Amino acid sequence: MFRAIKYSLSLAAALTANFSFAAWDDLNMSPGATQLSQEIFGLHMTVFYVCLAIGIAVLLAMAFILFKYRKKEGVKPADFDDSTALEITWTVLFALILIVLAVPATSVMIKAYDDQEGDINILITGHQWKWQYEYIEDEVGFFSNLSTSLDKRNNLAPKDENYLLEVDEPLVIPTNTRVRFLITANDVIHSWWVPDFAIKQDAIPGFVNTGWTYVNEPGVFRGQCTELCGQYHGYMPIVVKAVSPEEYSTFIRDKKEAKIQQALLTEKLWSTSELMEIGEGIYQKNCVACHQIGGRGIPPVFPSLVGSEIVMRNKARHIEILMEGVQGAAMASYAEQLSEVEIAAVITYTRQAWGNAETGDGKIVIPKEILDYKTNKL
Amino acid sequence: MSAVIDSHHDDHHHGPAKGFSRWLYTTNHKDIGSMYLWFSLVMLFIGGAMAMVIRAELFEPGSQIVSPEFYNQMVTNHGLIMVFGVIMPAFVGFANWMIPMQIGAPDMALPRLNNLSFWILPVAFGILLSTFFMEGGAPNFGWTFYAPLSTEYAPPTVTFFIFSVHIMGASSIMGSINIITTILNMRAPGMTLMKMPLFVWSWFITAYLLIAVMPVLAGAVTMMLMDIHAGTSFFKAGGGGDPVLFQHIFWFFGHPEVYIMILPAFGIVSHIIETFSRKPIFGYSSMVYAIASIALLSFVVWAHHMFTVGMPIAGELFFMYSTMLIAIPTGVKVFNWLSTMFKGSLTFETPMLFAIAFVALFTIGGLSGIMLAIAPADFQYHDTYFVVAHFHYVLVPGALFSLLAAAYYWIPKWTGKMYDETLGKVHFWMSFISVNLTFFPMHFVGLAGMPRRIPDYAMQFADWNMMVSVGAFLFGISQLLFLFIVLKCIYNGKAATTEVWEGAKDKGFEWTVDSPAPYHTFSSPPSMESLKSSS
Repeated sequence: MFRAIKYSLSLAAALTANFSFAAWDDLNMSPGATQLSQEIFGLHMTVFYVCLAIGIAVLLAMAFILFKYRKKEGVKPADFDDSTALEITWTVLFALILIVLAVPATSVMIKAYDDQEGDINILITGHQWKWQYEYIEDEVGFFSNLSTSLDKRNNLAPKDENYLLEVDEPLVIPTNTRVRFLITANDVIHSWWVPDFAIKQDAIPGFVNTGWTYVNEPGVFRGQCTELCGQYHGYMPIVVKAVSPEEYSTFIRDKKEAKIQQALLTEKLWSTSELMEIGEGIYQKNCVACHQIGGRGIPPVFPSLVGSEIVMRNKARHIEILMEGVQGAAMASYAEQLSEVEIAAVITYTRQAWGNAETGDGKIVIPKEILDYKTNKL
Repeated sequence: MSAVIDSHHDDHHHGPAKGFSRWLYTTNHKDIGSMYLWFSLVMLFIGGAMAMVIRAELFEPGSQIVSPEFYNQMVTNHGLIMVFGVIMPAFVGFANWMIPMQIGAPDMALPRLNNLSFWILPVAFGILLSTFFMEGGAPNFGWTFYAPLSTEYAPPTVTFFIFSVHIMGASSIMGSINIITTILNMRAPGMTLMKMPLFVWSWFITAYLLIAVMPVLAGAVTMMLMDIHAGTSFFKAGGGGDPVLFQHIFWFFGHPEVYIMILPAFGIVSHIIETFSRKPIFGYSSMVYAIASIALLSFVVWAHHMFTVGMPIAGELFFMYSTMLIAIPTGVKVFNWLSTMFKGSLTFETPMLFAIAFVALFTIGGLSGIMLAIAPADFQYHDTYFVVAHFHYVLVPGALFSLLAAAYYWIPKWTGKMYDETLGKVHFWMSFISVNLTFFPMHFVGLAGMPRRIPDYAMQFADWNMMVSVGAFLFGISQLLFLFIVLKCIYNGKAATTEVWEGAKDKGFEWTVDSPAPYHTFSSPPSMESLKSSS
């Protein structure tokens, strides 16, 4: 008897101890990290409380009516069917509530729509399925890819806190600076959303939208693409790192330095194995989404590279596809996205891997050829 | 008792033909209404199965049962089927059954058109569903099919999708022409426009909305077709086209479309509430004006779906204000329903339970709609699960509950038999609990930042998503119970009276004819006096 009680008590204790419903922390919008995001949060809460009050009033009135006027013996229902005064009253009441909401909404809207130039202007381009960031004044830029491993996505490795919200290279911005984002897209419509900045702007091919932010404290802010952009729409997160202006200038200096180094690399003499090694990495990062791990693609939308005529025997066309993309298909141009070395390496890799070298001509491509392609085009 | 005498006796009340040809060639509004309703019930289970796949995939973080590509096909076709294959045909089914009976007409004005408008629907959905078995897979660009994802980057089956949408549109336009013609020409003597039952009014206005916007949708998909196959650049930025133009055109169709899916529900719920309150509807004329103003406003609010496309601020403010205005007529309707119940004599049979849940939960959907109307706040809500929660609240416990309510309300009149009231109540409570379990937590994950249409999500959304999935599975199972209840009613129900519901007395012509209603309802028009005098 005692044992049973003791057992059930300890079970209950264990259950309560283990019961942690993490989601209670994530019920509401985040107030965010900027003045604008906090104002939008305040507006959201105002509207929310007004709606909550209306909702509770209506539901309580309804509950009262349902209980009070349920059918009872000998009670006859009333037969009124109109009251102009009453109807005018509540119509006016609704209108007043809406005006009360419209006033703060308009003022916040005007603040959000300030599209003066920033101290720093960053061009953001959405690609299937990655973001490209270019610092307009400093003429440096890079691509930002999801860095969560396939093993985690396929439940083969444990997931951690930033699952699907982590990238190989975050966007770095300085604190206490007005940063303006110019947002566009290269293929389909994407949408760049960082909740902590309260910026959500669609990235539309052929259009340049703007958003701006002014972050006071350093921090890391995460967001996601919010417009359906194809099969990996859920896998193109945004990570923004706000750092002190000093740290930011170091970051830009390093970027410029790396750009010069990169240019020098095209002059170097490359071996097939060196190119293969780089190429495999590039392939895993940029190509597997469509052409798949074994290179077999998902025909007919994403063609197989294994045994492909172009990959085996037509080097010129192979380079052209990488540089120009394929009109009317999902294949984009990688001329901007990858360096000469990287393009040469990934072409070499696909021409060598999966038995393509044995069945095809097995020709490799060196960075100089890509540079020449670019030069000839000019 | 011989068949010869029977057929002679029923000279102009002859029964239906037998076998499949009865359904294929029928011009009878009741047969066609039933076919619409069965069709939408079948589509409900197909579209529902897709929702189950979606929720199974989202049960836990990480890849679960389908690939991201197939997930997108599920999301797209779930939306298309629920909108065009379930809610809209079901309302047309009710229109077919009830409008002639409510206005005292023998049938619809254009019976052959009626037959055609139904029979092209299975063709349209056959085409759409067949794309699942084609190379490249089914449409995968969302039910809103934004260009250029749906043009330059679409699977080759998009052409079948376009053709299918064209046929659906043709069906809706034919149905609407029929409904308007019937209402304008075939009302019983003395039934002036402002004496029409509210369901008839709501469909009268809805039919005009359909005629106005379906051609716009047809235009949008035709431009897509041209972009894909004829080398034009309507939506192709590279050729000087404009991807945002697509969204303007789509939502100019799309926003009236969402009211097409809710206005007939307003009519249905008004009838049910007045019947089970044993009182006349409160504010009849303001109900009519409210529906009309919602319909008119629906043409000037479309860009509130596009607050993040980068419109000029004047556009943002205009669409914010016009959208907020919709709250006024909608609020009037909710208050009118409450006032109808006020001082009534309420009973809570299954149709009334669903109607009450409609008012309560539609109010929640309406209030989250006001929040979404606030443009700067919408920067945070847009394309998150908050939006998913909002439109499911107005479409599931909104439109779908009104359809279930209507089915319980009128099925005794159609079959002459009562459904099982206990099972009906079980169905209601299961649906009510699970629908909230499914859609309420979506508000939370949306505000916390979960984008919509993603096949996998960050860890912080895990707990609520599991709850949503459990709710969705329960809701799915509950609807199988509905199918059972309907079949049990048809094959094994107790006989229903002419009036069916105690409170239905004098509430409309449909309650003056036998249960089941004769194959041809009114061979001579009933008189409005017959409704009044008996009270």
